[in-house]
Amino acid sequence: MKLQVADLNSFYGPAHILFDIALEVGEGEVVALLGRNGAGKSTTFRSIVGLVENRSGRIVFEGKDVSREPTHAIVRGGLGYVPEERRIFTDLTVEENLEVGRQPKRPNAPYWTREKLFTLFPNLGEMRNRPGGRMSGGEQQMLTIARTLMGNPSLVLLDEPSEGLSPKIVEQMVDAILAMKKEGVSIVVSEQNLHFARLISDRVYIIERGKICFGGTIAELDARPDVRDAHLSL
Amino acid sequence: MAFYFVQFLTGLASAASLFLVASGLSIIFGVTRIVNFAHGAFYMLGAYVAFTLTERFSGALGFWGGIVVAALIVAAVGVLVEMVLLRRIYHAPELFQLLATFGLTLMVQDIVVLIWGPDDLLGRRAPGFRGAVDFFGQNIPSYDLFLIALSPIVLGILWLLFQRTRWGVLVRAATQDRDMVAALGVNQKWLFTSVFALGVFLAALGGALQIPRDAVHHALDLRIIVEVFVVVVIGGLGSIIGAFVAAVLVSELNAFGILIFPKISIILVFLVMAVVLIVRPWGLFGKPEAAARRTPGLTVNPWRPLTSGERLMSIGALALAAMLPLFAGNYALTVGSEIAIFVIFAASLHFLMSVGGLASFGHAAYFGLGAYGVAFLAKAAGLPMIVSLLLGPLLGLLGAAVFGFFAVQLSGVYFAMLTLAFAQIIWSIAFQWVTVTGGDNGILGVWPDNWASSPASFYWLSLGIAALVATVLRVIVFSPFGFALRATRDSPLRSEAIGINGKRVRWTAFVIAGTTAGIGGALFAYLKGSVFPDSVGISLSVDALVMVLLGGVETVSGAVIGAIVFKAANIWLVSQTDLSKLVLGGFIVLMVVAFPKGIVGTLEALRNRRRSTDTKSALATSRVEVAE
Repeated sequence: MKLQVADLNSFYGPAHILFDIALEVGEGEVVALLGRNGAGKSTTFRSIVGLVENRSGRIVFEGKDVSREPTHAIVRGGLGYVPEERRIFTDLTVEENLEVGRQPKRPNAPYWTREKLFTLFPNLGEMRNRPGGRMSGGEQQMLTIARTLMGNPSLVLLDEPSEGLSPKIVEQMVDAILAMKKEGVSIVVSEQNLHFARLISDRVYIIERGKICFGGTIAELDARPDVRDAHLSL
Repeated sequence: MAFYFVQFLTGLASAASLFLVASGLSIIFGVTRIVNFAHGAFYMLGAYVAFTLTERFSGALGFWGGIVVAALIVAAVGVLVEMVLLRRIYHAPELFQLLATFGLTLMVQDIVVLIWGPDDLLGRRAPGFRGAVDFFGQNIPSYDLFLIALSPIVLGILWLLFQRTRWGVLVRAATQDRDMVAALGVNQKWLFTSVFALGVFLAALGGALQIPRDAVHHALDLRIIVEVFVVVVIGGLGSIIGAFVAAVLVSELNAFGILIFPKISIILVFLVMAVVLIVRPWGLFGKPEAAARRTPGLTVNPWRPLTSGERLMSIGALALAAMLPLFAGNYALTVGSEIAIFVIFAASLHFLMSVGGLASFGHAAYFGLGAYGVAFLAKAAGLPMIVSLLLGPLLGLLGAAVFGFFAVQLSGVYFAMLTLAFAQIIWSIAFQWVTVTGGDNGILGVWPDNWASSPASFYWLSLGIAALVATVLRVIVFSPFGFALRATRDSPLRSEAIGINGKRVRWTAFVIAGTTAGIGGALFAYLKGSVFPDSVGISLSVDALVMVLLGGVETVSGAVIGAIVFKAANIWLVSQTDLSKLVLGGFIVLMVVAFPKGIVGTLEALRNRRRSTDTKSALATSRVEVAE
């Protein structure tokens, strides 16, 4: 098991946001976390990497409980995180953005170099010295993923990578995620869009109001139209 | 012509140290978002340590090595401060960070006097740069030429460091988004520590390089920090190029200002700063801040007017205080008057800070203006006390109206730095314009008229005015104007959107606070019988901040309690120890770290906790009753 989350509860101030979240990700698996806006997807990711400090529960990554470690230590252990709002360093160039994400090679994870990433995301290779602030939304989204891959993670949390992108860029995103999977990176991707999840993931979890209310394969979800309609239809 | 050119070069040479210190402040602010008030203290420490080392070790190596080693030693002290103190307050409101680093400054002032003594120290001349270069009959010290060459070199090195190294890339990334840098696996703690070390190193180097030009003394810290604040306000906080350009600009303005206004040269710098602030409020090379953090605003307890019981209690306390002359002697009554005056002063700052969210670091300016106003009216115009008391504070009003207009264009740390700079300008005028203000000798012989001359009657007068001021300010808090002011404090954009003119509301609040402070100052002049530049000084401004903090920033009138406790403790402390700054500074640091809610805030929190457990147990009993 690559990542195992159990009994995860999170709070923003006095507000209880996540309730006993449990999810598992196998080696090399792509898992989708589906849910509506505000269901708790981003908070789940932020809690796993320690950006939500007020949390309790077990977060076992590669056999080690990381729930008490600071964010940077969790990430250095090989758990990469791509935030939802992109959060490119706008004053830094593409290459400098990648430099911030660079970490040493890891034995159990694919090794990414700038050149390898520029083949995966050809657009970025053409604008190596452009400041992040002068890139389109799609290019910025590519850059955030590439930046996280520079840390050679063995698992990546991808928070709504298709949000606000044009259909053509979404296609590129699907290709990129499948390429990452082929390299052997395990991936958890949060999504509102079942169609997108269908294209990339092996299994799905559905989250609603801070609780996991379904877990299973796409086929199992298709067998339960009631669940799908109750939690995903807009 | 040659004279002006030499004057220009002197200005450039002075810019070197200013640039080193200002760039250090900017670098630290960029990443940690802390305006390090203690930067002047590190500058001064750099000068003192360099003095000792260069005296101890001879030769060129001893001198230059001493300068560099001094900066390294002070940087190590900085690392210690960062790890022990700053790491605890990175998430605290700006006001607390400024105060804690100011507390450090106070402590360092007493520590350097303990180690190096109170006298000015004259350092060695720099080996190899002892002579002067002749320029059309004018002499330029060759050391000045060295300094002129140094700043662009340092600027270049810093540029390379930030553009060409991984560390620099990480620092620039962290300047924009600290959390994201951590989410990419970078340990922020060490990044912050290393940035702080570099900033302190630059400040200490700036101080160490000054020893061949200037005497080393224990007031260097405040002198440089005020100039540095002016530099970063003009250049833009966080910009190294801005620090460079503004350091040159300010130094040249000083160099030529002396020729134009020999008495009040700082006026010229002020005018330039005012123009820059109107045109580019975030400085020449700065960037507009996305969103300033709220200064207080952590209030969980909503404010409410006093209940009738609490009103009775306040009146009772006032009546008790009014009975003091029945059993206390003259000394106690004088102390009582002073405390009442400081209640007025602290309440006025508290109004600005808590209700307006504007933490002024130069509030003494308006207190002092009120005092000088009274002194002018009573001494020069010979007006009776009643008239002077009524008109004197108008000088505070005038000062607050002028400076407040500029200050409310800004918020957060910029506001704090600007108000400090303004207060320092008033102080320089009071200090330098000897013909009008008497300079350091002050204005003497401002005595109350007969009806108020006995300690008891003066005490009653001060107490009455203090009670009136506290009541009026409280009424304003719960008036429509008070609501508007709190709205601009809590959400500037939303309050603008519902039609509140935020700047005008804040300006009005600034004028109210300034005038009230002026009332305190007017009484103070009569209490002491004299006025000195001290009543405009930074230490008085900071005393007021500590009173507010001690009472509780987030309370409605905690400053009243804060002023009473602080002033009483302060008067006692000064009579007990010579190291009052060390104790006071340590106390401020401790309070910020351990006790940020203040006395009244803590009491309120305790009472609320008890009330909520009361309601809980009440609920529990009712449930038990139902179950039965």
